[in-house]
Amino acid sequence: MRNDVAIIGVGMHQFGRTEGVSGLEQGAVAVRNALLDAGLTWQQVGVAYGGSQDAGNADALTNLLGLTGLPFVNVANGCATGGSALASVIAAIQSGMADIGVAVGFDKHPRGAFNPQPSQWGLEDWYGETGLMLTTQFFALKTQRYMHDHGLSEDALIRSAQRAFRNGSINPQAWRQRELSYEEIANSAPVSLPLRKFMFCNPGEGGAALVLCKSADAHRYTSKPIIVKAAALRSRYHGSFEVFSPSLVADAAQSPTVTASKAAYEAAGVGPSDIDVIQLQDTDSGSELIHIAENGFCEHGEQNHLLRHGQTDIGGRLPVNTDGGCLANGEPVGASGLRQVIEICRQLRQEAGRRQVPGQPKLGYTHVYGAPGVSSVTILQR
Amino acid sequence: MNQQARLSCPHLVAPDGHSLQLVGSRCTRCGEIYFPSCHACTRCSHTLFEVHPLGASGILWSWTVQGFLPKSPYNSGETEATFKPYGVGYVEMPSGIKIESRLIADDIRRLQIGMPMQLTLENYRTDEQGQIWSTFAFCAVLENSDAQ
Repeated sequence: MRNDVAIIGVGMHQFGRTEGVSGLEQGAVAVRNALLDAGLTWQQVGVAYGGSQDAGNADALTNLLGLTGLPFVNVANGCATGGSALASVIAAIQSGMADIGVAVGFDKHPRGAFNPQPSQWGLEDWYGETGLMLTTQFFALKTQRYMHDHGLSEDALIRSAQRAFRNGSINPQAWRQRELSYEEIANSAPVSLPLRKFMFCNPGEGGAALVLCKSADAHRYTSKPIIVKAAALRSRYHGSFEVFSPSLVADAAQSPTVTASKAAYEAAGVGPSDIDVIQLQDTDSGSELIHIAENGFCEHGEQNHLLRHGQTDIGGRLPVNTDGGCLANGEPVGASGLRQVIEICRQLRQEAGRRQVPGQPKLGYTHVYGAPGVSSVTILQR
Repeated sequence: MNQQARLSCPHLVAPDGHSLQLVGSRCTRCGEIYFPSCHACTRCSHTLFEVHPLGASGILWSWTVQGFLPKSPYNSGETEATFKPYGVGYVEMPSGIKIESRLIADDIRRLQIGMPMQLTLENYRTDEQGQIWSTFAFCAVLENSDAQ
């Protein structure tokens, strides 16, 4: 068991749109629910890491949860905010800094696509003014090139979205709970070809929190601890194809997803074939399909076959995004990575209801990827 | 309407004979080429660079169509009602660097990876004073068209 850390409590605030409730308040609800799940109080928490992109400083949560003097660190790491908070809490507990730690993420984004300012990304004004600074363009350009290089089909893009909404329809906590037909997805408005409206997630709202402690102590608090076997974070390399790139250097490098994934497998001492249930970043259907291969679950180009034969469905060989992923849950950036971890905990605890993966899954996998080119991977064990 | 368009990014292009080409920079230690010009090499961490011309033609490496009116800071002046979808892609230049750019074609939904592309200027905005603004763009070269 060396120095393992366990998740002993999980909590969420409903994802979607909650009028009249601030992002910060949604974060506080998530923490309270996680503490309730662990049978602990905020006064017992020794360290906390958390963040949001658009909903304020996470340490302001102490005004809602209690001013106990604990070290609370704000995390601002783009789409990997939740994953970074989790990795930091694990390191803090392993170092002996605290016995009980909380990782929390929350957000509340305005409707529609993000509108980042070039200067905040070290870019010149013309880049935004002339219409090149959109995350949706990046995901479309990456998918288009991948389709060309590896023969990925439009059929696979549609089936990936169809599975997301099908899983969302049996997840009572999903934002989007309406199943969509193949035709409805295929004929939806082109947002940024080859990606269409129902192949993209929407920025949304929500909160997610975890309570953690040393594995050796976990049975004091819960009969179903989930051991974090690995939590790896990597940023982009020279030559990675990333969002907001006015140019790409001549020689391509691999994505940080590939190296974060390898590091996680190595730390956990397992391989892709050992994993029973999988959460992958699905900002859009193209990204999800690329990530199945980048995380080692199939060869590049094999996705057409996987999707056509239902192998990524809940009853399939590689159950992916069993809660409906970002497509059905939306993407409150700060909370999204922790939602993935919570879904895997529920699956491993056999608490996933109608979307429960059969066969008593033992090992789960989560992967976040996003701006500005960061990936976070965890491997979780029952 | 014959007023001169102003270029929104004049530092990115330079005259090349009677036409224009894109200009980037090159790391004086490892030789990596960047666009726009920069002063910090993300490969070797060197900080001394020289100006490097990139040429005016390449091949299409990837493409998409921007299907909705972008929020600010996009400043074309269009409204939801007047917005026209535009092409966006990466064009691979002879040195291997890929340049992100607006794309022009008779039918932007029929662009294809591997197509030859030629640098041009595109008027994309008329401001409140009636000033027309342009930016660099790449135009699909038809196989049977005469060279300019």
